Amino acid sequence: MKFLTTNFVKCAIKTCDSSLEAFPLQYSECELVQEEQEFNPEFICHMLDRLDWQAVIKVAKDLGNTSLPPNKPEDIDPIMEDSQAILRDLHTLLVETRIVEGKMICRNCEHIYYIKNSIPNFLLPPHLC
Amino acid sequence: MPKYLIYFAQAYPNFRRAELESLADLYGIEIDLSHHDESNPFIVVDLESDDAAKKIMSRSILGRGIYELWGSGKDLDELHKNIKESVDIETKIKLYKNGSFKFDFVGYKGKRDVKVRREMIESFSYLAFEGPIRMKNPDEVFVVVEEYVVPGHGKIAETPINMWFGRQIQLSSRTENILDKYDLKRRKYIGTTSFDAELSLVSCNIGQVAPGKVVYDPFTGTGSFLVAAANFGGLPIGSDIDPRILRGKSSQCNIPTNFKQYKTDSLFLDILTMDFTNNAFRSNFVIDSIVCDPPYGVREGLKVCGAKDPAKAVGRENVVIDGEKAHLRKDFIQPKKPYELSNLLDDLLQFSSERLPIGGRLAFWMPTANDDFEENFIPQHESLELVYNLEQEFHKWSRRLLVYVKRDATEYKGETSNGLKSNHIKHFRDRYFKGFSEKSR
Repeated sequence: MKFLTTNFVKCAIKTCDSSLEAFPLQYSECELVQEEQEFNPEFICHMLDRLDWQAVIKVAKDLGNTSLPPNKPEDIDPIMEDSQAILRDLHTLLVETRIVEGKMICRNCEHIYYIKNSIPNFLLPPHLC
Repeated sequence: MPKYLIYFAQAYPNFRRAELESLADLYGIEIDLSHHDESNPFIVVDLESDDAAKKIMSRSILGRGIYELWGSGKDLDELHKNIKESVDIETKIKLYKNGSFKFDFVGYKGKRDVKVRREMIESFSYLAFEGPIRMKNPDEVFVVVEEYVVPGHGKIAETPINMWFGRQIQLSSRTENILDKYDLKRRKYIGTTSFDAELSLVSCNIGQVAPGKVVYDPFTGTGSFLVAAANFGGLPIGSDIDPRILRGKSSQCNIPTNFKQYKTDSLFLDILTMDFTNNAFRSNFVIDSIVCDPPYGVREGLKVCGAKDPAKAVGRENVVIDGEKAHLRKDFIQPKKPYELSNLLDDLLQFSSERLPIGGRLAFWMPTANDDFEENFIPQHESLELVYNLEQEFHKWSRRLLVYVKRDATEYKGETSNGLKSNHIKHFRDRYFKGFSEKSR
């Protein structure tokens, strides 16, 4: 599971849909790896538009990274020289940081989801479907 | 507007128009293909510019190439006459007078031998190009396109029935061998549900997958639509209820390694184990296109999370193992229950109507038995306009690529309906295994 993906997923249980606590999930007991991948600045720019930055900060903190800026980087342009460093940092965080194993916990209902073999699993037990 | 000749492949002729119209719409290009005849691989169209022609053809899977039309005729004499009489021929000749060039021949169901070709090229000498002839990477390629009719089984067509002459603008990705590249036989990780390369690429074209746009396949399997989407620059994300199929066979043979094989791994978003009916994507995560082949249950019965027998399952949420609630343990396997295809399609349309932006497309495949199909079986949603219903026929059954566009509620109001449900259509799977017999209806 890419760090990036943590920004797209919430608790799958329907009764949590209206709760602000169901996103982002809380990440705990996570085993991380850095997996090298080709740098694609346009990709990061496309993603930046779609990111919920407060959720990025929250999940990074769960995973032990408290060094992110409080606001989403602005005026990023993949062809500009001074944007390159920021884009590279975001690439390292969003794309190359992978959660191999770990727990994702809903802050609203406390349901626990697992990440196994790098793939998050959102299947629900019958009483929560 | 200048005229262009399009030459199509003889594959899925009823999908051609949808593919080119969808690409034209994606790039904001006007094209009228209403005179397209499925039995004929040639069509002459008006387009605003060479650039427009390039855009629609470069991604095309069902087209072979597009040519700026200089003239046409029933035979060579008529062709020359037509070229010489065209109003802008002098301007055209001037434009290409000094550049390097070569001549090429394209024949449908027939061809000329080398000696005749040479004579034919000589017959174009009135064009008086002065640039050097270059067989490799010339500035321009001038092409004689010919249509033959084979007179009978085992016979060879001697002379064409139609001829065109033009300047090559763009060959399609098909002509550049994309089908070979994505052939399942050469793909590292495939499974029994892998979707063939050609139609998965066509689905992505009609679904208007585009660079920088998120494409979601909720029934990913081995990721056939995901790799097809990345080929066009889309950013694919997939989910499936089966974690084993997502994991793949080994660390060298799985969905991410397929992206590495095609060198598109820098576009790949991720894969998630998810029951589509209990979706975990946050509601404001923008999905631009949804392209999929829902599990209609021929290979495996359609299932979602839940208890098959709810009465028996009562109280199981309180089972404790080693001091932990069983359903919160890492090794817990979520039970599955059978689900109706008609309900799943309702869910798919509802989800698409909520998540797609205005103008975003849903493209999915739906199986139908030929003996009891009625148009009203095609599910409809009030905010999704059905723009294409394209049939691929097999023996006794078909599958259809259904394509919907999300519309603005203030401008479009359709009717929500589900003919499968209201007509009590039985599981497609049951009928498939009973050979679509009368009794199984």
